[in-house]
Amino acid sequence: MSHWMGKLKTLLLLSFTAIVLSACGKENLTALDPKGYGAEKSMDIMILSIVVMTAVFIIVAIIFTIAIIRFREKKGKEDYIPKQVEGNHTLEIVWTGIPIILVFVLAIPTVISIFDLADTADAESSITVEVTGNQYWWHFDYKGEEIQTSQDLYIPVGEKVYLDIQSSDVIHSFWVPTISGKMDANPENVNTMFIEAYEEGVYWGKCAELCGPSHSLMDFKVVAVSQDEFDQWVEDMKSANPEEAPQDAVATEGQELFEANNCMACHAIGSSPVAVGPNLTNYANRTTVAGILEPTKENLVDWIVDPESIKPGNKMTGNYPEISKDEAEKIAEYLMQLNHSDVTPESAGGIID
Amino acid sequence: MSIASTQKKGFGAILWDYLTTVDHKKIGNMYLACGAFFFILGGIEALIIRIQLIKPENDFISAGLYNEMITMHGTTMIFFAAMPMLLGFMNAIMPLQIGARDVAFPFLNSLGFWLFFLGGILMNLSWFLGGAPDAGWTAYAPLSTQSPGHGMDFYVMGLQLSGAGTLMGGINFLVTIVTMRGPGMTYMRMPLFSWTTFIASILILFAFPAFTVALFLLQFDRMFGSAFFDIALGGNSIIWQHLFWIFGHPEVYILILPAFGIFSEIFATFSKKRLFGYTSMVFATFLIAFLGFMVWAHHMFTVGLGPVANSIFAVGTMAIAVPTGIKIFNWLATMWGGNIRMSASMLWALGFIPSFTIGGMTGVMLGASTADFQYHDTYFVIAHFHYVIVGGVVFGILAGLQYWWPKMFGKVLHEGMGKIAFWLFFIGFHLTFFIQHFLGLMGMPRRYWVFLENQGLDTGNLISTIGAFFMAAGSIVFVINIIYTHTKAEKATNDPWGSGRTLEWAISSPAPEYNFKQLPLVRGLDPYWIEKMDGNDKMTPAEPVNDIHMPNGSILPLVITIGFFIASLGFIYQVDNKAWLIVLFTGMVIAIGSMLIRSLKDDHGHHIHKEDLEKEAD
Repeated sequence: MSHWMGKLKTLLLLSFTAIVLSACGKENLTALDPKGYGAEKSMDIMILSIVVMTAVFIIVAIIFTIAIIRFREKKGKEDYIPKQVEGNHTLEIVWTGIPIILVFVLAIPTVISIFDLADTADAESSITVEVTGNQYWWHFDYKGEEIQTSQDLYIPVGEKVYLDIQSSDVIHSFWVPTISGKMDANPENVNTMFIEAYEEGVYWGKCAELCGPSHSLMDFKVVAVSQDEFDQWVEDMKSANPEEAPQDAVATEGQELFEANNCMACHAIGSSPVAVGPNLTNYANRTTVAGILEPTKENLVDWIVDPESIKPGNKMTGNYPEISKDEAEKIAEYLMQLNHSDVTPESAGGIID
Repeated sequence: MSIASTQKKGFGAILWDYLTTVDHKKIGNMYLACGAFFFILGGIEALIIRIQLIKPENDFISAGLYNEMITMHGTTMIFFAAMPMLLGFMNAIMPLQIGARDVAFPFLNSLGFWLFFLGGILMNLSWFLGGAPDAGWTAYAPLSTQSPGHGMDFYVMGLQLSGAGTLMGGINFLVTIVTMRGPGMTYMRMPLFSWTTFIASILILFAFPAFTVALFLLQFDRMFGSAFFDIALGGNSIIWQHLFWIFGHPEVYILILPAFGIFSEIFATFSKKRLFGYTSMVFATFLIAFLGFMVWAHHMFTVGLGPVANSIFAVGTMAIAVPTGIKIFNWLATMWGGNIRMSASMLWALGFIPSFTIGGMTGVMLGASTADFQYHDTYFVIAHFHYVIVGGVVFGILAGLQYWWPKMFGKVLHEGMGKIAFWLFFIGFHLTFFIQHFLGLMGMPRRYWVFLENQGLDTGNLISTIGAFFMAAGSIVFVINIIYTHTKAEKATNDPWGSGRTLEWAISSPAPEYNFKQLPLVRGLDPYWIEKMDGNDKMTPAEPVNDIHMPNGSILPLVITIGFFIASLGFIYQVDNKAWLIVLFTGMVIAIGSMLIRSLKDDHGHHIHKEDLEKEAD
């Protein structure tokens, strides 16, 4: 009997853990609580396949359980030789036929949704963003709008936004679980997909293809704001003046240091084709420092002084003159004052904690 | 060489015997022993990975080292643990099952083993020579071409060596089964394990060359400045993914089909019943193997192949569920109406049914490409393939060890300890991997060195790590069992389970060097069972006692392999310094010189004489 009891124990344990996790994970990160077109389509197919498969599993489990209870060796009957059955054509046809039907049940909706998600007919008339994966950050270039930004992708809610995804180095994969399934960023070709968020919010994005040591630290955000706020943001971003002098003396020193250390060789402020490092326009409103840390000045200083300790293998390390903590604080002050828009992650409700 | 002389020998003599052996049973033992060594190594790597992921933002190991761990864990488990252990069973058992005295090419068999073993050693040397490979076991270009240091070079050369060995093994088994089946052993009387060996060997024959080509391309990109995968120079990195998965998907079936074979033997033996639907089992296996070549791009749904390709590969993938389902139901029907004994090996087989069914289910779910956009490259995939490869292949290997141990080593493993090992491993396995389905969907991609705080992933990862330690405990009990058995247990009888059905149970445990003194006459499926039911305690001989021709042992396979091993080091380091070309050529001279010796020197083998055979007991 011990076998059956062990199975029961496992089952109880599993259902217990399932209950613990019934919250389905963190809001706006989990794929189990979809809030976008692609994620919803995926969820539909997931539910369909789980239902079909669970039915199959239950049938297998019932036959399995009855078989091992009923036909287990009994005491004193160890030498009993059962009838040697060769097979049974009817049964074999049944358990070949029914799975074939189930495959069709699953295959047809799947194929329909594959073509639905691959439909790019509206791309011309919609917003298109060129997304570039880099080790270990994301570059966003709004097509036709002279707007470049990085790490935080602003989109209008309830509208299809087309993404032309590519990589500048190795393969990455663009994934915002709550809004949409993933698409690889390949170095050789552009992959187009669309995303549509149903609700305003700040959504977590992750890199889903091994791309080096800091693969797990390549997070980004999708900030879905209302159409009006989005239009406002576009206006603000277009009119951002990179030459603008900061308000106070510390930040002004920071700006001078930024220029003296030739930071803009890699980091553009304002619209610019330079994309060696993340574009820093509107930096004051970033959701994070380096994609993973809280957006505080201290974290930014730590990053500027020693990025290697935060993102191993990043391309910034060693490619700029040594900067003292003092200098870094001034640069950080300058960057934290680059406030080019009133539309912020807070407009979308902020990050859910 | 008389048989009696093998009884008492010094350590040196035994070592020399194993270094030079061409006996399929000894080679099988070596495959198992070395596979087990790598299994433990891969297991330690797995534990290190799980310790790193026990809590958020852990710094147990560095990011770079973590990527080396995952790469080596995957590669070691697939190429140097699971495959060799299955090849070990194929070697040790398949010839006995079909009534053959050895495999078709004993020398090649030995060469295949040494290539596998030294390939594995070469790759693991990278730990001590500046860092292991770190681009994942899938080694996607351009990450693998850009990976600094020599790690990926060791990956290329190590897998190239062991891959050549596996290919030789596959060809050898194919020829053995086609040409060396005993009197009366028609194809449709072959035990299921021999059938799955045959079909897995066909897969090896067609799948491995694709990988060999991929590795050559990668080798030339990394070592000789070619640009197959370099986009800037007109190459294409997606080609790697196609080549890798054209090999990689059939590879899954190369692993699982022999495990299916093992389970088929165990279900029949311990239900004391003929395997239900034998013919449909054979054809289902062929169908799985065939479809296995048609679905490689389901690993690439997010690459951007477009909706037409994705649809075709999605439907193809789902179709594999049909023959797999046939197998599951046939096993259930084999048990139905039987007289089931809960032996330790039967427990593994029973544990396999629900575990593998879950793995198969998630496989179909992954095949639905729209949903795969969410699953792909997350812990859902990790959970899925561990349900298939641990719940199927590893359970199969451990079941096979428990089942065939007496036939291979002459002693029956302790049943009680075997059952403890099963329960620890079984519970640990589900604890580790079931939760990972959810982790993946909750937003945890695979190959993540750290997961961040406050993302709802803490509990799941903790449970998973605890489960991993249960699995480790189960494995340790298994090892203790082996040690205990060899100090305590009695010598096993020919048919220790009492309900053996196939030919291997008709001969002594362990099998004599020549397997069958007289080749047996096979009268149907499950030949030994048929004789037992007719009241005979042994097989009817199909020939009189005669001199038996045996191949001679040879050290040349090891020497050839050492040559290639040295040459591989030359290939790897000539990038830094052209002086290493001397090493490369020295290695090649040793290897090719040894091949020449083998080709030019006649070796007619030897005979075990009739008079000696007659002195032996049955």
